[in-house]
Amino acid sequence: MLNKLPPVVVHLLAAVGALVLLVLLTFATDPFTNLRIATVGYYLIAVAGLALLTGFNGQVSLGHGAFMFIGAYTVALLVKRVPAFPIWADLLLATVAGGVAGLLAGAAAARLRGPYLAGATLALAVGLPAVTQRFPELLAGSNGLSFTVNSQPAGLVGTIPSTRWQAWIVWLAVLLALVVLANLARGKLGRTLRAVRDDEVAASLAGVHVGRTKILAFLVSSACGGLAGGLQAFLLGTAAPGSFTVALSLSLLAALVLGGLGSLWGALWGAIALVYFQVWTDDLAEVLSLRSDISDNLPLALYGVVLIVIVLAFPAGIQGGLRKLWVRVRRPAPSQRGEL
Amino acid sequence: MTTFVNLTLAGLSSGAVYAALGLSLVIIYRATRVVNFAQPALALISAYIAYSVTKGTGSYWLGFAAAIVVGTLLGLAVERLLIRPLRDAGELSAIIATLGLLLVLQAVSGMIWSNEPHAFSYAFDFRGRFSAADLFAVLAVVVTAAGVLLLFKFTSLGLRMRAAAFNPEVARLLGVRVGVMLTIGWGLASAVGSLAGMLAVPPFISPTTLDEVFVFALTAAVLGGLDNPLGTIIGGLALGIGLSYVSGLLGPELVPLAALAILVSVLAVRPAGLFGRATARRV
Amino acid sequence: MLEIEGVTAHYGLVRALSDVSLKVEEGSITAILGANGAGKTTLLRVISGLVRAGSGRVTAFGRDITAMPTDAIARFGVAHVPEGGGVIPELTVEENLRLGALWRSDRADRAKALDEVLELFPPLVPRRGKPAGTLSGGERQMLAIGRGLMGRPRLLLLDEPSLGLAPLVAARIMAVLRDLRADTGLTVLLVEQNARSALSISDHGFVLGLGEVVASDDAATLLADDQLRHAYLGF
Repeated sequence: MLNKLPPVVVHLLAAVGALVLLVLLTFATDPFTNLRIATVGYYLIAVAGLALLTGFNGQVSLGHGAFMFIGAYTVALLVKRVPAFPIWADLLLATVAGGVAGLLAGAAAARLRGPYLAGATLALAVGLPAVTQRFPELLAGSNGLSFTVNSQPAGLVGTIPSTRWQAWIVWLAVLLALVVLANLARGKLGRTLRAVRDDEVAASLAGVHVGRTKILAFLVSSACGGLAGGLQAFLLGTAAPGSFTVALSLSLLAALVLGGLGSLWGALWGAIALVYFQVWTDDLAEVLSLRSDISDNLPLALYGVVLIVIVLAFPAGIQGGLRKLWVRVRRPAPSQRGEL
Repeated sequence: MTTFVNLTLAGLSSGAVYAALGLSLVIIYRATRVVNFAQPALALISAYIAYSVTKGTGSYWLGFAAAIVVGTLLGLAVERLLIRPLRDAGELSAIIATLGLLLVLQAVSGMIWSNEPHAFSYAFDFRGRFSAADLFAVLAVVVTAAGVLLLFKFTSLGLRMRAAAFNPEVARLLGVRVGVMLTIGWGLASAVGSLAGMLAVPPFISPTTLDEVFVFALTAAVLGGLDNPLGTIIGGLALGIGLSYVSGLLGPELVPLAALAILVSVLAVRPAGLFGRATARRV
Repeated sequence: MLEIEGVTAHYGLVRALSDVSLKVEEGSITAILGANGAGKTTLLRVISGLVRAGSGRVTAFGRDITAMPTDAIARFGVAHVPEGGGVIPELTVEENLRLGALWRSDRADRAKALDEVLELFPPLVPRRGKPAGTLSGGERQMLAIGRGLMGRPRLLLLDEPSLGLAPLVAARIMAVLRDLRADTGLTVLLVEQNARSALSISDHGFVLGLGEVVASDDAATLLADDQLRHAYLGF
């Protein structure tokens, strides 16, 4: 029956279902876990955006963290300077800001490929957060901007712990964005993105406007990044350049590769991994009484190892592995040797 | 006037470092068509080893030598263990693998030597407009670059390495041990990279010290054309001087973005870099 | 002396060679003929090690070279000049030539070989220091063959040396091969689509069809066999 409904409806229903499940989950868990659930949320949309750009469209971006930076600072500045705006307007503008930046980046990068593109986006990741030092009056330098957001309607304050409420807001935004993303990925744009990734010349011969497609991919992906950054700022109440290092961009890429490069579900596995690697290494550090030098760097070392292992042994990531399992469960494996 | 002279001289010595690190990237790219994103991390670990050796023995030059040796060995190991298995796996895999290595090595250096910056000495006196340290940097890079270029152009080893890079299959048919050539190429490149690291790190070493320099080195390599060593050296020096002006006139914080702007504008006009060879795509 | 026994080779799922067996006498010029896709190039690539045989054995000068790595086979005395020549365009003519002999330790002998090759192919002399990419098709083929000869091989494998060349140039190359055999006793295995030209200098010929040996005879007989020529050799 589900197959008969248009994909948009299916995605919306799935989103509503997921939201319901999440709300229930937040009731069943403590505030700490609620915060983690919310964190998985904004990482999910960040990695999903990267999945569209790098996975579907093949443009290797090492600068995704820069778009999160833009989104976070947009929200922070708006909350501080224009407190009259409701939070959803701030988040929307963060998304737009990310998108505009992505439009510019995509236009600049449209003719770049492979390592050239990776290098240019790396330069963006290194260079953009440094802007906070250049304009300290506006952007408060390395200390960053701190603020408080009261997003709960007056009637609900006190009845629901703020972390739970925040988790709902985050996931509402994330699921909405995911519905949009899933529709784009499933439809014509998704096919076009993949066509351009697989063979630009062939796609162009088939009538696809390659440059426009690549810029569009950047736009959508960085809008997701902007939203993710905005949600992070909303959740943490701060925006500081120290959160948006090169390591962040590389970690997002690691999460994408781990989850499965060309898939939105992979983004979910990757986001969960990002949050829980941190949790596990923190717990491990406590159990083993590791120095802070080791425990701080352990997650990064882990991501690096993950990237190497995945690329050497499991190129399709977690989602690829799951897909293979699913296929094998549904029908027995056909004979490997081709009969000639 | 003196400002411009100062800025130019400062740019020259930093440009020498970008040129050296860029050269190490180009050597590897020519040999294996891989951009070694882990290069700054290999140089970083070499520099940290130098730091520990110098601290332990009191000799800067002993540390320097240790850095070069360790760097070379690391480069050899990385090619043999990580890059060789991925030879047929496609461009994205090599990029991801070297990025993974970058993360691991940066994290490991933080684990062993802590994230806090340590003071790191220059080779020579660093005071003054164009100090002994600056002069050493420029000379060291020029001599190394000349050595590498001479190696490639005039020795049989260099000829074999070039052949292995340009056409590994044909090279094999001519009796060249291609695998060995690639490994040596990585070792050589890492040695050059470690030199660049030793010049770039002072006055402080920390896990993220070389991030910015790497971006500039990559920019220099791309500007010069990823397969053109001489172009990279020129590109590095020019970039160093240009960015020095940006730093002096617009503020040091904007330098990475300026590099990005330069990179994007040059590639927009000449997609293969200023001196690069654009290869026609086979359809 | 080269012996190939029961060699089978695949490209993915496609079988390129099926149980091919043939013998090449030392000091002879042997032609491998057949239509496009018959497996001629694959056969050479199996001998030089670029393609691993799925089954069967390749023996050269008494050594089993079936599993030897390509560069070792080259140093053993088997020179393979691939289709199109395989000249490295970024290197100069002289560098390409020198490359052919670098594995030999005797430097004086290497210099001598260079002089000899340049004598064999005079058109290369004025272009000695130029990048090989600036050469014409005929000059490139000469360069490729010359490069193969630099290592003083005992067995020379040539893949379609006259492809795309003007008839005069092709003829000159064939003449050089014939003289070489006469002067040095070099064994030559020659893959050609231009069967007439190949058979004119060969002692023996094998015809491949769809990966199998369909005929084996001395050259004169093959030339005279009209039916065979029409069926497999196109003339």
